[in-house]
Amino acid sequence: MSISEQIVRDLVANNIAFVTTVPCKQLGGVIDAVEAHPDIMHVPANKEDEGMGLCAGAWMGGKRPMIIMQNTAIGVTINTLVTLTQFYRMPLPMLISYRGELKEPVACQAEMAVHTKALLAQLNIPTYHFHKQADADELDAILKYTFMCNKPVAILTDATFWGGY
Amino acid sequence: MNRSDILRDIAPVIRDHLVVCNIGLPSQELHMIDDQPTNFYMLGTMGLASSIGLGLALSQPKQVIAIDGDGSVLTNLGTLPTIANNVADNYILLIIDNGSYGSTGDQPTYAGKKTALAAVARACGCDTVVEVAAKDTAQALADALAVRRMTVIVAKCDSGNIKVPVITKDPVVIRDRFMTAVRS
Ligand SMILES: [Mg+2]
Repeated sequence: MSISEQIVRDLVANNIAFVTTVPCKQLGGVIDAVEAHPDIMHVPANKEDEGMGLCAGAWMGGKRPMIIMQNTAIGVTINTLVTLTQFYRMPLPMLISYRGELKEPVACQAEMAVHTKALLAQLNIPTYHFHKQADADELDAILKYTFMCNKPVAILTDATFWGGY
Repeated sequence: MNRSDILRDIAPVIRDHLVVCNIGLPSQELHMIDDQPTNFYMLGTMGLASSIGLGLALSQPKQVIAIDGDGSVLTNLGTLPTIANNVADNYILLIIDNGSYGSTGDQPTYAGKKTALAAVARACGCDTVVEVAAKDTAQALADALAVRRMTVIVAKCDSGNIKVPVITKDPVVIRDRFMTAVRS
């Protein structure tokens, strides 16, 4: 089983049925697996705050949501995370491509990488960092935790986790 | 007619349906005119009423009306292609277009100038788009609910606001009450 298939297996096992995505090369395999899975409705979003709105609606409609996006999106979505997801106390697992870490080929990505964990910490968002493939074994527990406490939760996945470029 | 006149007119049409209402004065006015457990009031996050409404419509079978404004649609213009390409026939997007940012003091929007939101929605691929005068909004909504087809309604009205209190309900109470209504 590929790591992407393993991740989607854990999503389905936790009844995640609505996934919105803004693409990233690193996350391409997961996005393909999400699109292909019959138990998941996949709704691509044009911007990450829009995606978080879709997820809020899906959750209130009875479907557990997830958003898949790049860490650059933390800069885009702070207002939405605070005034929608946190203010109304909604669960939102965020599977995030942690661009700008070791093995990153694009210099500009490092500029947002250095702010990513600080911003998440400032927002009191529980944050997990997948660096080695075995780290993904915790995904099931992270998802259960997210829907237990009704918070946005960040799962950062770096280039080393995805096997580099 | 301005936005609050439209909300008064449509209240009997929407009161038994799930409603996601835009931030600021629209939510405050609807809350004052006809508070219902089936209303989800946005207290922040400008622009996302249409997105929340679409996610809700795609996730359960009841009919959903998102009440948005011209300024809010302009701030989240990416919502229209997403709506067009993820058809939910239980979804109606009502854009109350007064050509201004009402909640911040009626500064003009581009929708009140050269930009036609109905044409934008059509160009984005929305199949059923109707533009109506303010007085015809309630009938257009009733028609869209009856045919049960995904519809974008652009209701053109005058700018201008009424005095209305802010919503002091706790957001988690609003959300929990709404979710109970969704499930019932
Ligand atoms: Mg307006």
